[in-house]
Amino acid sequence: MKPIHSDPKLSAQSYPVDYGSPRRAALAGVREACGAPALVLGASYLGFGSLVRESGLSLGVGLFSTISTWALPGQVALVELYALGASVVAIFIAVALTNARMMPMTITLMPLLRVPGRPRWWNYLVAHLIAVTGWAVAMIRCPDMPPAQRMPFFVGFAGTILGAALAGTVAGFLASGVVPPAVSLGLVFVNPMYFMLLFLGDLRHRGRVLALVCGAIAGPLLHLVTPTWGLLLTGVIGGVLAFAIDRQLRRRHV
Amino acid sequence: MSDAGWEALWPYGVVLVGAAATYIWRALGVALSDRIRADSPVLDFVGCIAYALLAGLVVRMIILPVGPLQATGTGTRLAAAAVGTAAFFIFRRNLLLGVATGAVVLAALASWPSL
Repeated sequence: MKPIHSDPKLSAQSYPVDYGSPRRAALAGVREACGAPALVLGASYLGFGSLVRESGLSLGVGLFSTISTWALPGQVALVELYALGASVVAIFIAVALTNARMMPMTITLMPLLRVPGRPRWWNYLVAHLIAVTGWAVAMIRCPDMPPAQRMPFFVGFAGTILGAALAGTVAGFLASGVVPPAVSLGLVFVNPMYFMLLFLGDLRHRGRVLALVCGAIAGPLLHLVTPTWGLLLTGVIGGVLAFAIDRQLRRRHV
Repeated sequence: MSDAGWEALWPYGVVLVGAAATYIWRALGVALSDRIRADSPVLDFVGCIAYALLAGLVVRMIILPVGPLQATGTGTRLAAAAVGTAAFFIFRRNLLLGVATGAVVLAALASWPSL
């Protein structure tokens, strides 16, 4: 991490990306989101919108889900379980398990984003916008910016892709059943494809690369062992292994 | 309110339960991150967990999909992923082109019944 309170002249030089002001950083976040990220979110939520309609729910419920939950796998799990007539307790547990990844993501992103002196409730508000796309992009881009510009950049970026997701929910609801099956398969494939390329495009940190490799191997294997707990176990086992290997290599000064 | 009115609101209530089940993790993350310094090794450790979890999820989605992608063959998905990745690197890490190529190849292969 770069020092936050250093000589202003020095810190101005030490950040490779500087938008000049928080407002301009927010606009840069919006611009960065318009393109692949917004299209990917829109495409992902097309599938959710059509699922909402096929499950007999209203468009209003679908939009409320997107804006209040803002984490697609848990939203899909909820609609599927609701359609099956599952109890509210079962739904709560299933969604909590599916979206538990928000915690390690928030723990790692918040120290990058928070500005000393800001009221703490602000952090809790911004945390609602944390989901995998915004998190992954902010983890890569924000360390290069002056600290005061990171949170505006993230809010601009995440707010824009949330808008794209809402548009996708509407479009998917309206287009449900109209799109040819091969096209909708392509749209479903957009999601894993995007994240794979996002990670492949940023392999600067050895610890993270090790974690990606360990997770990629453990993910399918543990899913076969236990579909319910496989994802969380993948995170814990793969993460511990990657961290241990990275520390071992560091000790040997590799 | 009438019974019908309550019935229309019920799905919103269920969605709110799911939203709460998601937000508690974010709130917990903010509370815990307050106690961790930005250069702490704990952060590297938690980051490893987050990245391993996501890589596992992405690879599982491609190799062992649970949704509609189950209708496609494993070879089809791997081929689409490989061509998309190649396009990504050929076009100077252009995310949009890489993702679009992968999706188009998958849709094309999926509409080819013999594969």
